[in-house]
Amino acid sequence: MKIIKNIGLIIFLMGLTIFAALPVVGTYSLSPKQFEDFVGQKGIKSDLFISDIQENVVGQNFEGMFSFAPKVTHALETANAQHRKNKEYKKIIYTKPHDMAAELGKISGSGFIVEHKGLMWFLTFGLGIIGALMFILPNVVLLGKKGIKNNGIYHENATNRGWIAWMVFIFLVSFYLILYFRSEYAVNWTYLVDPISQSLSGNLAGQWFVYGFMYCVVMVVMAVRMYIKYRHNMYQMVRTTSVLFFQIVFAFLIPEIMVRLQMPYYDFKNAFPLDYDFFFQWNLKSLLNSGGIGLFILVWGIVLTVVIVPVMVYFFGKRWYCSWVCGCGGLAETLGDPYRQHSSKSLFSWKVERWLIHGVLLFALVMTGFTLYGFFAETGTVLGIKVQSIMDTYSFLIGAVFAGVIGTGFYPIFGNRVWCRFGCPLAAYLGFVQRFKSRFRITTNGGQCISCGNCSTYCEQGIDVRAYAQKGENIVRSSCVGCGVCSAVCPRGVLKLENGPEQGRINPTQILLGNDPDLMELVNRK
Amino acid sequence: MEHIVIIGNGISGVTAARHIRKLSDKRISIISAETDFFFSRTALMYVYMGHMKFEHTQPYEDWFWKKNRIELINAYVEDINHQEKTLRIKDGADIRYDRLIIATGSKPNKFGWPGQDLKGVQGLYSKQDLDGVEKYAPNNTICKRAVIVGGGLIGIELAEMLRSRDIPVTFLVRENSFWNGVLPSGESQMINEHILEHHIDLRLATNLTEILPDENGRVKAIKTDKGDVIECEFVGLTAGVAPNIDFLKDSGIEIGRGVKVNRMLETNITDIYAIGDCAEQHEAIGSRRPIEAVWYTGRMMGETVAQTICGNKTEYNPGHWFNSAKFLDVEYQTYGWVFSEKTKKDSEKHFHWRHPKEKICITVAYHSDTNKFLGINTFGIRMRHEIFDRWLTEERNVDYVMEYLKDANFDPEFYAQHETEIVAKFNTEMGTGITPKKKSWKRIFKTA
Repeated sequence: MKIIKNIGLIIFLMGLTIFAALPVVGTYSLSPKQFEDFVGQKGIKSDLFISDIQENVVGQNFEGMFSFAPKVTHALETANAQHRKNKEYKKIIYTKPHDMAAELGKISGSGFIVEHKGLMWFLTFGLGIIGALMFILPNVVLLGKKGIKNNGIYHENATNRGWIAWMVFIFLVSFYLILYFRSEYAVNWTYLVDPISQSLSGNLAGQWFVYGFMYCVVMVVMAVRMYIKYRHNMYQMVRTTSVLFFQIVFAFLIPEIMVRLQMPYYDFKNAFPLDYDFFFQWNLKSLLNSGGIGLFILVWGIVLTVVIVPVMVYFFGKRWYCSWVCGCGGLAETLGDPYRQHSSKSLFSWKVERWLIHGVLLFALVMTGFTLYGFFAETGTVLGIKVQSIMDTYSFLIGAVFAGVIGTGFYPIFGNRVWCRFGCPLAAYLGFVQRFKSRFRITTNGGQCISCGNCSTYCEQGIDVRAYAQKGENIVRSSCVGCGVCSAVCPRGVLKLENGPEQGRINPTQILLGNDPDLMELVNRK
Repeated sequence: MEHIVIIGNGISGVTAARHIRKLSDKRISIISAETDFFFSRTALMYVYMGHMKFEHTQPYEDWFWKKNRIELINAYVEDINHQEKTLRIKDGADIRYDRLIIATGSKPNKFGWPGQDLKGVQGLYSKQDLDGVEKYAPNNTICKRAVIVGGGLIGIELAEMLRSRDIPVTFLVRENSFWNGVLPSGESQMINEHILEHHIDLRLATNLTEILPDENGRVKAIKTDKGDVIECEFVGLTAGVAPNIDFLKDSGIEIGRGVKVNRMLETNITDIYAIGDCAEQHEAIGSRRPIEAVWYTGRMMGETVAQTICGNKTEYNPGHWFNSAKFLDVEYQTYGWVFSEKTKKDSEKHFHWRHPKEKICITVAYHSDTNKFLGINTFGIRMRHEIFDRWLTEERNVDYVMEYLKDANFDPEFYAQHETEIVAKFNTEMGTGITPKKKSWKRIFKTA
């Protein structure tokens, strides 16, 4: 069994290595015909850019994206600069330089990778999946009898911030940096999933399709790990199945199929303000121009945020969204599970958390106010501030850096819910409802707590669960996503996630159950 | 300002300190030579197993003590002079107190076995003991086999710890079934099976006779009363604990096995109190033992003594008995009194149900004449403390408990529920026709 595991690890690392090498290899050559078509399709009017590319790129062979991309970005930047200087605003190209490099790169790729997409898929994703499963599946036997399987977490390099954790950190951060800021280096990855993308939406894959596909693959594989690890715990089994379903069907398949049906791309479960660009002008316009389905999405999106989300939180707590439905939560609960113990439990972190997450919510709301005002007043400037620059700032700081690079990249170091805990504006909104008007609580079982600290250690949201449990108090916290792990790891059966009457949900106690009843009443009634 | 000094920073002492601070502005000092900060003793096993780091076992952040003006003194108390109201400190200046709380806990029992003080032979109680396990049994190359002596809660925890590092474990249990001085036979039998499932070499009805040293004064092997010699590198002595009060021998404070206290937790000396594992009641309270070495009772005594010290003289008056433990993967809870066949009265009858496949069972004790519900043991099912506490106060009969059993279930959502099968078996055995009532929030939250 251990041998199978080790072989699996080697196979996985082979797949990972090939995948990691792809951004820097490959041949790119742009033919005059390809470029002509491209210019026509994009409606590029910059003669400077066209001649620059024709002179320096077209008809040449480039080995690796490193030699190809700078030519394109340079051509675009100098052309735009010149046009701005000459006030030729109609000629300015609004595609970002790196996106332009990615788009041109995508059509100019040639050679082995492009000609053997299926094989390359197998050598990357295929080996990764097979290797990972070979590494994970033997645990059915190796982990022994069902029960809590946290042995050695703080002895293992990978789960105790050792060098492996730092390698994973570097890999994840680099991956997100490429995805968000240097998409041209993701071009080779897009070839691998072109066949899948074409079969779904009919289009070739872009970097976001790679991301979406990979997201699903990673979640499925790591969900298998969850199923084995928590096979004694039905709550975890059901919850894992739920997040998996919503990711694959709602976040991945339905939007792609909608594109095939000429409908707007939309993830029906992605609620504003997590879906921060829902009220952006381009999105509203696109929805309003998409006929019935566009209107339906518009109404659904508003109803989802204003009615469905809070009502569901009232009945079930924010867990129904954060750990049962949400994609970010889904990744955190599968890929992130080995790192859940790293969230800081200090009071200081809690203070930082409250400022940050509510700050982001405020930012999102103010920004949306500006964009909506701009939309209805048909102006690009509100209160002397360019709406576009607010949106760009949010997209960059919150959408890309916080949610992506930090949110997932920092899993191995700061735990798996950095984004959900410190940044997600939807989580902040749900948190208000959960804290002040909800039936959900984690019930503490009388006086049974022994202060061992397993609950706090494994709380991914950094809640010091024990601080409540050892006082006999129920846990009612806005940040709790109801993953259920505190209850699972408790050795004494002290914690239970419940939806019950609001009365008595918050139960301050001085003297714990088990001591003289008269004394308890005397003190607790005070 | 009155100076309250507490010897011992375990759950009893720290609970007392916290509650004195809640109730008053007195100066509070806690003395301990074990660790600088309070930690959860019951969690030490998880540090060895890699579930947590030691710092995670500390329930309060380090700033907590200063903020609450609780002085922590890392020192060893050698003697108490109650006339002068001073404590003699090893390698340090005397400490004056106005009132003193002794909360020094327990120490592992050693019954005079030859070789019991060899290197690699120890109990599992203190932080130092944890360090010892880490030193003498860090892995299965240095420790090729470990022997554990004494079949109680600490013994099985130590076995679980060592197994988490794949160290072969031989488990010597004096009784002919695990912990059957406390557990009824059905439950004890189930745990026997579970121990074997975990590849622990369980030897029932076997006693330690001698621990054999190697040339370096380390344990080499042990001998049993069955004549077996078992080679091992580590021996865990887990045959119970006794009050840690050797330093009080000539202090003038009355001691028996523990520090003798009355219901106010006062010793024979004015202004000196004793709480927790080290306290011994003159008269046992109800069915309790005079010395209760349990986390929960330590905490309750801390809550109580704080009231007394702050002017609200209060008797230690524990409510209905409850306890919990975990045997490897099987959680155990108990509410009220369920005695083993060895210790129960004839009037105590048991209803036992065990799951056909899983390691799940319950035992309900009731009075043979009145059918009054006496207590419940549950294994692999979590139960609601409040509900059983209320039923015990209301003196419900066993039929009532069966009928409303679903109200008491505390298992996580989506878990398989067993009440229907349990009640069906109860009906068959007792000739009753009880239909279990659906769980009701209204009843659960009913305030008496």
